[in-house]
Amino acid sequence: MRIDRRSLFIALASSTLFGVVACKGGSTGGGSGSTGGGSEIVLGHYASMTGSTAHFGQDTDKAVRMAVDEVNAAGGVIGKKLKVVTLDTRGDSAEAANAVTRLIDVEKSTAILGEVASSLSLAGGRVAQRRKIPMVSPSSTNPKVTEVGDYVFRVCFLDPFQGKVMAKFAKETLKVDKVAILKDVKNDYSIGLSDAFKESFEKLGGKIVVEQSYGQGDTDFSAQLTAIKNTDSQAIFVPGYYAEVGGIARTAERLGVKLPLLGGDGWDAPDLFKIGGEAINGSYFSNHFAPDAATPKAQKFVADFKAKYGIEPTGLGALGYDAAAVLADAIKRAGKTDTDALRAALADTKNFEGVTGSITIDPQRNAQKSAVVLKIEGGKAKFAATVAP
Amino acid sequence: MSQFFQQVINGLSLGSIYALIALGYTMVYGILKLINFAHSEVFMVGAYTGFYAAGALGIEGLEQRGAAFPLYLALVVLLVAMSASALLGVLVERLAYRPVRSAPRLTPLITAIGVSLLLQNLGMLVFTPNPRRYPPIIKEVRFELGGVIVTNIKLTIFLVTLALMAGLWYLVQRTWTGRAMRAVSVNLDAAKLMGIDTNRTISATFAIGSALAAAGGILFGLDQITINPLMGTLTGLKAFVAAVLGGIGNIPGAVVGGLLIGLAEQLVAGYVSPDYRDAITFVILIVILILRPEGILGVVRQEKV
Repeated sequence: MRIDRRSLFIALASSTLFGVVACKGGSTGGGSGSTGGGSEIVLGHYASMTGSTAHFGQDTDKAVRMAVDEVNAAGGVIGKKLKVVTLDTRGDSAEAANAVTRLIDVEKSTAILGEVASSLSLAGGRVAQRRKIPMVSPSSTNPKVTEVGDYVFRVCFLDPFQGKVMAKFAKETLKVDKVAILKDVKNDYSIGLSDAFKESFEKLGGKIVVEQSYGQGDTDFSAQLTAIKNTDSQAIFVPGYYAEVGGIARTAERLGVKLPLLGGDGWDAPDLFKIGGEAINGSYFSNHFAPDAATPKAQKFVADFKAKYGIEPTGLGALGYDAAAVLADAIKRAGKTDTDALRAALADTKNFEGVTGSITIDPQRNAQKSAVVLKIEGGKAKFAATVAP
Repeated sequence: MSQFFQQVINGLSLGSIYALIALGYTMVYGILKLINFAHSEVFMVGAYTGFYAAGALGIEGLEQRGAAFPLYLALVVLLVAMSASALLGVLVERLAYRPVRSAPRLTPLITAIGVSLLLQNLGMLVFTPNPRRYPPIIKEVRFELGGVIVTNIKLTIFLVTLALMAGLWYLVQRTWTGRAMRAVSVNLDAAKLMGIDTNRTISATFAIGSALAAAGGILFGLDQITINPLMGTLTGLKAFVAAVLGGIGNIPGAVVGGLLIGLAEQLVAGYVSPDYRDAITFVILIVILILRPEGILGVVRQEKV
C-alpha cells in the first residue's frame, strides 16, 4: 500500500494546527472528554483571564470555582459533580464568540457562565442562543445582553438602574447640578451607562455641561480633561473600566482638575488603586456589593474567599459566585441536564439568597436588585449608601 | 485662551515623543530604504526595560516612604533601557533584515511586519497584557502660568528630546560614524568601495535609532501613566506618519513632523472631537502623500542618514 505523502502532510499539518488552536484559549480546566451523560456536568466559563480587563475575568473565575467546589463538597447536584472549564477571551469580542463555540462543541458544556464585559457577553450570548444552551452572565449590565434571546440570563442589575443610582446620588447626596461626562465610545457598557445617567440626571433637574469621549486602550486623556476643566462642571461621570479610569484620575490631578469622579461597577478592581493612586481618592462608584457592609452570607463569602485566595473579593467576584450558585440551583430543580428543562428552571429562579442579595429572575431574564455606592478613601472602596430599585 | 495654550503644551510634549520614535524610522529608511515596522516594538521593549530597571532599583520602596527617586538613578534607568533597545534593534537587523537585504524590497518589508508581530506577542507573553502604571522615576512637580498647568515631566520631555536631537546632529555631522552613515545613505555600494564597513554602519544606525525609541518609551510612560505591550502599535504608526510628513530619510523633518502630528492630534481632540484624534494623523498622511509626497523638508538628497 502506498502512502500518499501529500495527504499525510495535510493530516499532520491540520492536527498540529488544531492543537495550536485548542491551546490558544489558555484552557485552565484541563482536558475535555466529559459529556452530559457522564459522571460530571460541565459548566463552561468564558472570561477575560488576560488583557486590559484581566481582573474582571480572574476574580470572577476564582469565585465561580469556589462556588462549584462548595456544591461538589456537599455532594454535587443530581448525583453528579460539577466541573468548570474556563476559556480566555482576552477581553476581545471575537475571542468571546470563539470561546463559547468551543465550550459547547469541544468541552460539551451543559450551560455557559460569562462574561463580565457587556460587549463580550453580547458576542458570546448570540452563540449560546443560536445553539440553545443556557447562559448566565454574572455581571454584564447593558440591557441589550439578555435581549439576545430566551437562553441568556443575568444575576445583576441593569445600567438604566445603575445610571439612575449615580444620578440620584450626585444630585441629592453630593448636591451637584452640573456634571461633565467622559465615556468610552468603544464600549457598549460605557455608552449605555452614560446615556442612563444623563437621562436620570436631567430628569432630576441637573445639567450635563459637556460630553467628552475616549476609546478603550487610550492612554492620553489630557485634551478631554483640559476641555472639561474650562467648564463649570462640579463632577465628572466616567462610566469606564478601571485601567483607563486610573489614568484619567492621574491626568486630571496633573492638570489641576479638582473634581470628584463618579462611575459604575466597571471600576471594581484593585488595579484602579494601583494605577489611580492618590488621585482616585474622593471618588464614588456604584457597585453590586460592599465587602465592608455585608449580610452574614456575604461576610462568610468574603472570609472564605480571603482564606482560599489570600485577597479580598470584588463585587464582580461576588456576582461570579452567585451566577454559579444560581446555575447549580437551577440544575438541581430541573433534575436533569436537558437544556430546555434547565432554561425553564433558570427562568423560574425566585428569591434565591445570594451573596449580592436576593435574586429573582424577571420575565426579561434579568435580576431585580439594589445597588450600593462606594466612596474611595485611602486606596480603599468604602460603603457610602444603598439604593433600592 | 488658557485652554488653547494647555492643549498646545500637551501637544508639543506628545509630539516630542513621536519625534524621538520617528527618528528611528527615518534613519533606517535613509540608509536601507526599509520601513522598519519592528521599530514600534523596540519602543515598547524600551519602555518595559525602564519599568523593570526602575523596579530593580527599588523605586517602590522609595515611593512608599514618599522619597523621590534620585536623579542619577533615573539616568541609570534611561541608559539601561536605551542599551537594551539598541541591542534589540541590532539583533533584529542582524537576524531578520541582513539575510534578506539583497532580496526584492517587498521581502524585507514583510519580514519587518513579521518581526513586529512576533515581538508584540512575545511582549504579551513575557510582560502580560495587563496595563501597568509607570513608576514615577521623576517626581512630578506642577506649576501654573496664567491658568496653564506645566509639569516638570513635560519640561523634561522637551529637554531630553532637545538634548538627544543635538547629540544626534553632532554624531551625524561631526563624527566619522556619522560621515559613514551619510555616505551609505547616498550609495551603499560606492560607500563599500570607499572602504566603509557598511555592515557596521548599518548596525550603528539601528542601535542609535533604537536607543532613541527607548528614550521615547520611558518619556511616554512618564507622560501617559500606563503602558501595555500593544502601546507601540498606534504610537509607532503615528511616528511613522510623522517621519513621512517631515520627509522620510530627513532628520530635522522627523522632528518637525513629530511636533506637528502631536499638535494636530491634541487640538483636534480638544476642539473637534476626541473620536477623531487618531483619524487626523492618517488624514494628514493622505493629504501629504497627494500634495507633497516627498514631505515638508524632504526635497534634496543631502543630509540623508
